Amino acid sequence: MDGILLRVTGLMAGYATPVAGPLAFELRRGEILGLAGPNGAGKSTLLKALWGGVKVFGGRVEKAPGLAISHQAQGFDDLRGVPLTGRELLALTGATPAGLPPWLAERLDWRLDRLSGGQLQFLRLWACLAAPADIVLLDEPSNNLDRAGVDYLADWLGRAHADQGIVIVSHDPALIDRVCTRVIEVGVAVEAPGP
Amino acid sequence: MNLDLLFDPLFRVPFFTGLLLAGLLPLIGMYLRLRGEWLAALAFAQMASAGALLAMVLGWPMLAGGALAALLAALAKGFAAAAGANAYALMMLLAWGAGVLLVANHPLAEQAGHALFDGQLYFTGEGHLLAVGLVCAGAVPVLLRLNRPLLLARFFPEFHQARGLDARLRLMLFDLLAGVVIALATVSIGVMAAFALVFVPPLVAYRFGRSWRFGLGLAALLGMGGYSLAFALSLAFDQPFGPVCAVLLVGLILLLGVKSDRL
Repeated sequence: MDGILLRVTGLMAGYATPVAGPLAFELRRGEILGLAGPNGAGKSTLLKALWGGVKVFGGRVEKAPGLAISHQAQGFDDLRGVPLTGRELLALTGATPAGLPPWLAERLDWRLDRLSGGQLQFLRLWACLAAPADIVLLDEPSNNLDRAGVDYLADWLGRAHADQGIVIVSHDPALIDRVCTRVIEVGVAVEAPGP
Repeated sequence: MNLDLLFDPLFRVPFFTGLLLAGLLPLIGMYLRLRGEWLAALAFAQMASAGALLAMVLGWPMLAGGALAALLAALAKGFAAAAGANAYALMMLLAWGAGVLLVANHPLAEQAGHALFDGQLYFTGEGHLLAVGLVCAGAVPVLLRLNRPLLLARFFPEFHQARGLDARLRLMLFDLLAGVVIALATVSIGVMAAFALVFVPPLVAYRFGRSWRFGLGLAALLGMGGYSLAFALSLAFDQPFGPVCAVLLVGLILLLGVKSDRL
């Protein structure tokens, strides 16, 4: 695919019926692509369609051979009561703790249910960001983060990530403007293709 | 109270059979609790007891009958995953009904039924110890291998699929392993003692564990410690093992003030 990680053409995705698309783009290493648009436009659904998390009704998603995708989904399962530490959480995805902000690095050996909501969200985000992957898909990464968390995330994304392609879905235009190398506006859902 | 019995060689085989199970059952319970499936342990145990009773009536080895029934339950659980707790409840009702009817209508099943329901560990023999030893030797390395996929399935359910991998077989392997271990435990130490060892030590470990690894160790130690004390008390006071074990472990929870959680 000539250095292209992902080629998406005419993608329409949904659940029982198509709710998002069509979408077309190419993603190369070093690019950070933003998917912007209003609530209900189907941004998260299209993001899931890139790795097979929802049904594809039309179009194509072509991936470079042997591609590893890391996906940070919105929301998080209830962690209360589970005796898992931050370090153990990162080890699950193979994410390195190197580069974590100091306010989180010093709490890595705490149980997850002892962390604040913002700290937990950042750690969960980091588990996907810093995992070995060619493509990182981030779904509303700034949700539940405090100002310090959003700034650290933007700074980290702003540094060169030549080996990875990143796709970000966000309704936060400031974050999109700050970190993305390219932005695609996702519109409202369209009708299903004919038979 | 007869303390001499504690050192009687007659009880060594039952003791060590139960001790191995008391270390392994809490580990299985840790993962069942992680998946919100601890009720499955009781369903597996009830199915195993009904299978063991049926095997006895048919003249088959009880151990094989119990294991087969629990394996079928584990497979059914895998295929009826969407049914969740409903599937476990149906299994429990079916197994309980079948078991009690067998006990009521077949003289051979009556004595075995009491042993299974009361948890008369002292009837276990060297065959049980051998089977339990072999299963423990195989189960621990398998659980070590399954640790990461099971945790990933809980915390990052899309992890494998996003990488084009399929973790379903490994998750089903855990179901089968849980079924076999709980079946062995049921025919060795009884239905409710097996369930108590799956349920209570992880409840404490989830509350007090400093990490996942620490929690696994704590659960296994609590299981083995609680079991050993229950074994000694039931022998010394000539009481059935199962109820002593269950009451002791619940007493442990009350003593530690563990609050019920959402898992």
